[in-house]
Amino acid sequence: MSPEPSAPTPGPVLEAHGLSLGYGRAPIVHEVDLRVRPGALTVLVGANASGKSTLVRGLARLLNPQAGSVTLDGENLSRLPSREVARTIGVLPQTPVAPDGIRVGDLVAHGRYPHQSFFRGHRSDDDEVVAAALEATDAGSLVDRRVDELSGGQRQRVWIAMALAQQPEILLLDEPTSALDVAHQVEVLEVLRGEVSRGRTVVLVIHDLTLAARYADDLVVMAGGRIVARGEPVTTLTEEVVEHAFGVRARLLEDPDTGRPVVLPRSSRQPTDARGAQSRT
Amino acid sequence: MTATAPTLPTPAPQDPTPRVREELVALRRRIARRATLVALVLVLVLLGLSLTALTVGSATVGPLEVIGALTGAEGTTSFVVLGLRLPRLALGLVVGAALGLAGALLQAVVRNPLASPDIVGLTGGASAAAVLAIAAGATGAAVDSAALLGALVAATLVFVLSGRGVTGTRFVVIGVAVAFLANGFLGYALTRASLTGARSAFFWLVGSVGSAPWGDVLRVGATLTVVALVLLLARRRLSALALDDDTARALGAHPVATRVVAILLSSVLAAVAVAVAGPIAFVAFVSGPIARRLRGSGPALATATLVGATVVVAADLVGQHLVPGTLQPPVGLITGALGAPFLIWLLVRGERRKESPA
Repeated sequence: MSPEPSAPTPGPVLEAHGLSLGYGRAPIVHEVDLRVRPGALTVLVGANASGKSTLVRGLARLLNPQAGSVTLDGENLSRLPSREVARTIGVLPQTPVAPDGIRVGDLVAHGRYPHQSFFRGHRSDDDEVVAAALEATDAGSLVDRRVDELSGGQRQRVWIAMALAQQPEILLLDEPTSALDVAHQVEVLEVLRGEVSRGRTVVLVIHDLTLAARYADDLVVMAGGRIVARGEPVTTLTEEVVEHAFGVRARLLEDPDTGRPVVLPRSSRQPTDARGAQSRT
Repeated sequence: MTATAPTLPTPAPQDPTPRVREELVALRRRIARRATLVALVLVLVLLGLSLTALTVGSATVGPLEVIGALTGAEGTTSFVVLGLRLPRLALGLVVGAALGLAGALLQAVVRNPLASPDIVGLTGGASAAAVLAIAAGATGAAVDSAALLGALVAATLVFVLSGRGVTGTRFVVIGVAVAFLANGFLGYALTRASLTGARSAFFWLVGSVGSAPWGDVLRVGATLTVVALVLLLARRRLSALALDDDTARALGAHPVATRVVAILLSSVLAAVAVAVAGPIAFVAFVSGPIARRLRGSGPALATATLVGATVVVAADLVGQHLVPGTLQPPVGLITGALGAPFLIWLLVRGERRKESPA
C-alpha cells in the first residue's frame, strides 16, 4: 500500500474561464474561474442549488456555457470533437440509467465507445481495458450479474468502471456517493483515491463535508453559483466558510488520525448572504 | 514488477487478471449465441407458418405441390399458391416486419416501452391522412404519400412538443393526445366521404393483408431493406442511445441527432406499412417487448423485426382459418384482440417484478 509509486507526467489541464451556466435565462453558475489541478482529487461542496452539479456538467461539456468558456489544455472544449473529448474526460452523471436487463460486462464495455468506430469494432484489447477497469473498481466478480440486481454500492462501482474503460485522464463525478451508506461511500472514495494515485485527475461533488475534507487534495466550496473558498481542506474549511456556504453553524474538530477537519453541524441560522444570493437568482 | 508507463491511461496495469477477461469474452459469446438462436427459432417458426399459409385453405394443397408451384409448375394449384396465397403471405411478412422494426426502434430511442408508433399517434397521423386521401378517391402511391406525410407531421408534432421530455412520460402523453387529434381528423374524413369511399376506408382502417398487389409488397419490402441497412450501419450509435443522454454524450455520442434520425426512420416504416395494410393494431407495440424478453436485454431490433412478421402472419392465419363464420375477420382485429390482453399482462407482470425483487 505504498502511496503514489510513480509520478506520471501531469495530465491535461481543464479550466473554466469566466464560466456562466444555466438552464433558463438566469444563470446558476456565475462567472466562475477554476483551474482543475492535474493529478489531484478535487472535491466540490456546497449547499443544494449552489451550482456545483451545474459546474460539473459545464466542465463535462454536458451543458454549453452561457458566457465564458471551458478549455482543455487551452483549447475550447466546445470546439473539440466530442469523441476526442470523451477519450480525455470521463463523466459519471448524477443518475445514469442502465438499459433494462443489461449485464455488468456489457455495460462497462460501453465505455470503449469513444475508442471504437465504424471501422474499428470491438477488439480483444478492449476486453483487456474493460477487465482492468472492473478490477480497479473491485467489480471483477460482477461481470455476469444484471446491473438492475446490484446493490447501490456495487452499481456505483460498475458505473465508475464504465467511465474508467474510456481511459480518461480526467474523471468527473456528480454525487457518486449520495445514495450510499457510509461504508459504501468510503469504498467508492477509496477507489477514486486509487485512481488519483495512478495519475488520474478526479473531480467530484459530494455532500458529506467530513468525507470531502478527508479525501480532497483540493476543496472547492460553492455558494450561490460562485466559488467562495478553495484550497487545501485544512485551511479552506473553516467555521465561517461552512456558515457562509451552508447557512449552518458548525464546530470543526481535528481528525486525530489525519489532521483533517471534522464538521459537526450545530444549528441552522437565519439566511444571510449565501441564501439571499440564491433566492434572488 | 514492471514500472508503470509514464503515459497514463490503462487502469490498474499492475494486476491484469485473465479470469475477468475470459468472463467478458464468454459473456459476449453468450449474448451473441442467444441472438443467433432466437433468430434461428423465429425463422423456423416463420417457415412453418409460411408453409401452413400456402398449403391450408379452401383448396388444400400438399407441401410438395406448393414447392412445385414455387419452382415453376403450371396449373390451377399454381394459381392458388402463387396468385392468391403467396402475395398475401408476402405482404403479411413485410408489413409485420416493418411494423415490428418501427415499434422497437421508437421504443429504443426514446427509452419507453409505451412509445410505439401506434400509441404515440404516428400510425394515427398516417391513417387520418390516408383516409382523407382514400375518401377523396386517391389510390396507390397517392395514399402512400398521404400516409407518409401524416406520419411525419404527427412525429414532428410529438417530438417538438415533448422538447426535453422526449425520453419521459411527456413524449407518450403528447403522443396519445396527437393520436386522438388524428382520430378526430379521421372521423371527420369518414363523415365527409361517400358511402363506398367510407366503406373501403373502413376496411382499410381495421388493417388487412387480404388484398395484396405485388407492387405493395415490393414498396414495403424495399423501404424495410433500406431502413434496416441504415440501422445496421448505425448500430454503434444506437447502442449508445440505450444509456441516458448525459452518459451517452459523456461517451462522445450524439444522442439527440441519432434520435431524430431514428424517429424519422420509424415514421417512414410505419407509414409505408400502414399505407398498404392499414393500421394493424398493436404489432408495432408488442414486437419490441417480446423481442427484448427473448433476447434478455438490448433494443433487439433484428429480433423485433422477425417477431413482427411472425405475429402478423400468425394472426392472419388465425383470422383466415380458426375464426368461425363466413366473413374472415381482417388481421387487425386478431392482433388487437391478442395485443390488448398482452399489454395488460405486461403491465401487471412489470408491477409484480418491481414489488418483489427477484
